[in-house]
Amino acid sequence: MRIEILGGRIIDPLTALDKQTGLYIHNRKIVAVGTAPDGFIADKRIDAQGQIVCPGFIDLSTRLREPGQTHKANIQSETRAAASAGFTSLSIPPDTNPVIDTPAVVELIKDKAEQCAYAHIYPVAALTQKLAGKELSAMYALKQAGCIAVSNGQAAIENLLVLRRAMEYAATHDLLFIYSPQEQALSNQGCAHEGEMASRYGLPGIPVAAETIALMQCIELIEQTGCRVHFQGLSSARSVDLIAKAKQLELPVSADVAMHQLHLTEQDMLPYDSHYHVLPPLRSEQDKNALIAAVRNNTINSICSDHQPHDIDAKLGAFPETEPGISSLETVLPLMLHLVKQGQLELAQGIAKLSSEPAHILGINTGSVAVGDIADICIFDPEKQWQINAESWQSSGRNTPYWKKSMLGKVTHTIQAGKIIYSH
Amino acid sequence: MHTIENLQLNSQGKLQHFLSIEGLDKSLLTEILDTAESFAYISEQQVKKFPLLRGKTIVNLFFENSTRTRATFELAATRLSADVLSMNIATSATSKGESLLDTIRNLEAMQVDMFVVRHSLSGAAHFIAQHAAPHISVINAGDGRHEHPTQAMLDMFTIRRAKQQFSGLRVAIVGDILHSRVARSQIHALSILGAEEVRVIAPKTLLPAEVESLGVSVYHNLAAGLKNIDVIIMLRLQKERMNSALLPSESEYFKCFGLSNDKLTIANKDAIVMHPGPINRGVEISSSVADGPQSVILQQVTNGIAVRMAVMSMVMRRKTGTE
Repeated sequence: MRIEILGGRIIDPLTALDKQTGLYIHNRKIVAVGTAPDGFIADKRIDAQGQIVCPGFIDLSTRLREPGQTHKANIQSETRAAASAGFTSLSIPPDTNPVIDTPAVVELIKDKAEQCAYAHIYPVAALTQKLAGKELSAMYALKQAGCIAVSNGQAAIENLLVLRRAMEYAATHDLLFIYSPQEQALSNQGCAHEGEMASRYGLPGIPVAAETIALMQCIELIEQTGCRVHFQGLSSARSVDLIAKAKQLELPVSADVAMHQLHLTEQDMLPYDSHYHVLPPLRSEQDKNALIAAVRNNTINSICSDHQPHDIDAKLGAFPETEPGISSLETVLPLMLHLVKQGQLELAQGIAKLSSEPAHILGINTGSVAVGDIADICIFDPEKQWQINAESWQSSGRNTPYWKKSMLGKVTHTIQAGKIIYSH
Repeated sequence: MHTIENLQLNSQGKLQHFLSIEGLDKSLLTEILDTAESFAYISEQQVKKFPLLRGKTIVNLFFENSTRTRATFELAATRLSADVLSMNIATSATSKGESLLDTIRNLEAMQVDMFVVRHSLSGAAHFIAQHAAPHISVINAGDGRHEHPTQAMLDMFTIRRAKQQFSGLRVAIVGDILHSRVARSQIHALSILGAEEVRVIAPKTLLPAEVESLGVSVYHNLAAGLKNIDVIIMLRLQKERMNSALLPSESEYFKCFGLSNDKLTIANKDAIVMHPGPINRGVEISSSVADGPQSVILQQVTNGIAVRMAVMSMVMRRKTGTE
C-alpha cells in the first residue's frame, strides 16, 4: 500500500520539522518527506490542506477494561476510540481481571488487539503477583511475552521492603517501573482533594502529602536500586518540585500528568457530579498552574489520557461511592490544542508530549515522522469544531465532564504502520 | 463558584427541595423561621393538627439510624395530616446489591410526594433530588459530613427566640467540626442571617482543611474561644474517633474541649448553650451545664417539630398552590 499525504503542515518534534509539504508511505514505513520518491504511484491520496500531520499519539495509560470488565468497555471499542482520537500506540496498565501477571494474559490481550487491528498495544506487567504488593511477578517471563514495563497500577505497595526488592528486580531485567504515587493510609479512602471544596461539600479528602510522601520514598529507593521509574499521573505543585530535584540529581526518572489535570481544578467540580471523581483528585488552581508550567519546562515529560471508561452505573450514586475515572482518549487532542490557544504551550511541544516523549519513555521506535520511520501518523484539523455527543463519541464510556461540550480540533486520519485505521 | 441553589429552588424562586443551607438567601431562611414560629404558636394553643398536607404521602428514608430526627420528622408530617411511611434501610436493601437509585425508583412507583433522606454519604440527598421524579420533593435529614439543614434551622429558631436577632451575635461551635454535617449547615445559616462572628473551636484533628474558607475564625483553645460569646453550640463526639487516632481519650477531650461550669463563665453572662443531641455527658459537656439554666437543649428538640413542619409545608406549597 502506497499512501501520499499532500498539502499538510508536517510537525515532527523529534527532528524539529515544521513545514507544509508532502509525506509518502510505502508498506509500513515513511519513504519520503517533501517530494515523492521516483516512480511513486499512490494507491491512496490524502488531501491534508489546512491540516496538521504529526506522529501518531502514544498513550501511557489506557484502560481497555478487557479482560474482566467488558460491561464497561472492551478492546475493540476502546482501541477504535483511540484510533479516532489519533492514537496509534497504547500502553495498558496491569489492573485487568485477571491481572497482567502471567504471559497467558499478555497473549490474550495482544491477540485480541491484533484481531481488532486499530492502535498497537503495549501491555504493562504487574509488579507484584495479583497486584497484591506481596510477591514479585515473573517479570522476566512477562518481558519475554511482550510487556514493556512493570507497574502496580493504583494498587498499594504497603511494604517498603517489597517495593525496594521489586525495584531491584525490575532493574535487574532493565524494566521501566511505572509508578502512580499514592500513600494509602494518608489517602484514607478519600475521594476529593483535601481543600476548600472537599470541606464545603463534606467529602473525605486526600491530602497532597499522600502523593508526595509516596513520591519521596520511591525517589530514595531509586538512588538505592538504580531502577528507572516513570511517575504517572502527578497532581500537585509539590510533586513537580520533587521531580525537578530528582532530575537535578540525574536520577533515571520521568513523569507524566493526565490531560484533565491541566484543565480542571477542585473549583470546577459541580456539586456532587461524579464525572469529576478522579484519582488522584482534581486539586487547586495553583497546582494546576504548576503542572502546566512543568509540562512546558519539561519537568513533566509527557501527557497521558488516563483513560478510564465506565458503565453508567459506576457513576450513578452519591459522589463518594461512585467509581473514579474519566473516559478521556477523545478529549486529549482538543484539550491539548486548548492549551496551545491559551498560549500555555507551543503546538510542537504539545505534540511531542503525546508522541516522541512517551515513545522515548517506553523506549519504542515510534513517535516521529522522518524518513525510515514506521508510518504511525495522526492527521488533524485544528480548527474543526465538534460537539461531544452520542453520535460523535466512540468510547463505550461516556463518563466525561465534557459531555455535550463543544471542542475545537478533530482527527481526520489515523495511520498505524502504514495502514489507515481511521478516517473521517 | 457553582452552588446547589438551582436544584433547591423552582423557577419562581420557591423551595422545591431542601438539601442545604448553602445556596439559600436570608429572606428564605427568615421565611422558614417565621413559618415555624406560626406553627409553634398555634401548637402551643393546643391545636396540634393542620390539614395542609392531607392526602400527601411522605417517606422517611433513613439509610442511617437516627431516633430523634426521624421521630420529629414523623411528628411534623403527622401534624400536617400527611401519611407517613418510615423506612429504616440501614440494614436492608442497599447494604447489599440494590443501588440507591433502585430504592428510589421502587418507592416512586408507590406514588409518594416527598422523601426525607438521611444517608451516611455526602451528596446522597442531592443525588436523589436529581434523579427523583419531578413531582417529588426531597428534604435532606443529614448527608454524610455535608449538611443537616433542618437541624441548623431549628438551631437558628432557638437562637432567635432566645436572642431576638442575629446581628451582633458571636457564636462558637465546639467539637468535631470535621465529621459534622450540622456544623456546616449552622455556619452557612449564621453567616446568611448576619451573625457578627462564627468561631469553630476544636483540635486540629477534628477540623476540615481550609475551614477558614467557610468564613469562620478558628480556635484550638476553648477558654480563648469562649470570650465574648453569646451562643455556644456543642457538637456530639462519636466514640469511634478514639479508635482512629483522632483523639487520645474521652477524659483528655473533656479537659480540653468539654464545657464545664468553669468554662461557661468565660462566655457572656447571658450566653445560651446548645447541643444537637444526643449528649455524651462528661465527654463534651458536663451534666451541670447541660441541665443548667443557660441550656436550651430541650427547647431545640421541641422546636425541631415546628421547623420541620415549616420546611415540609413550604416545599409542598409550590405544588398545592396554597399560599
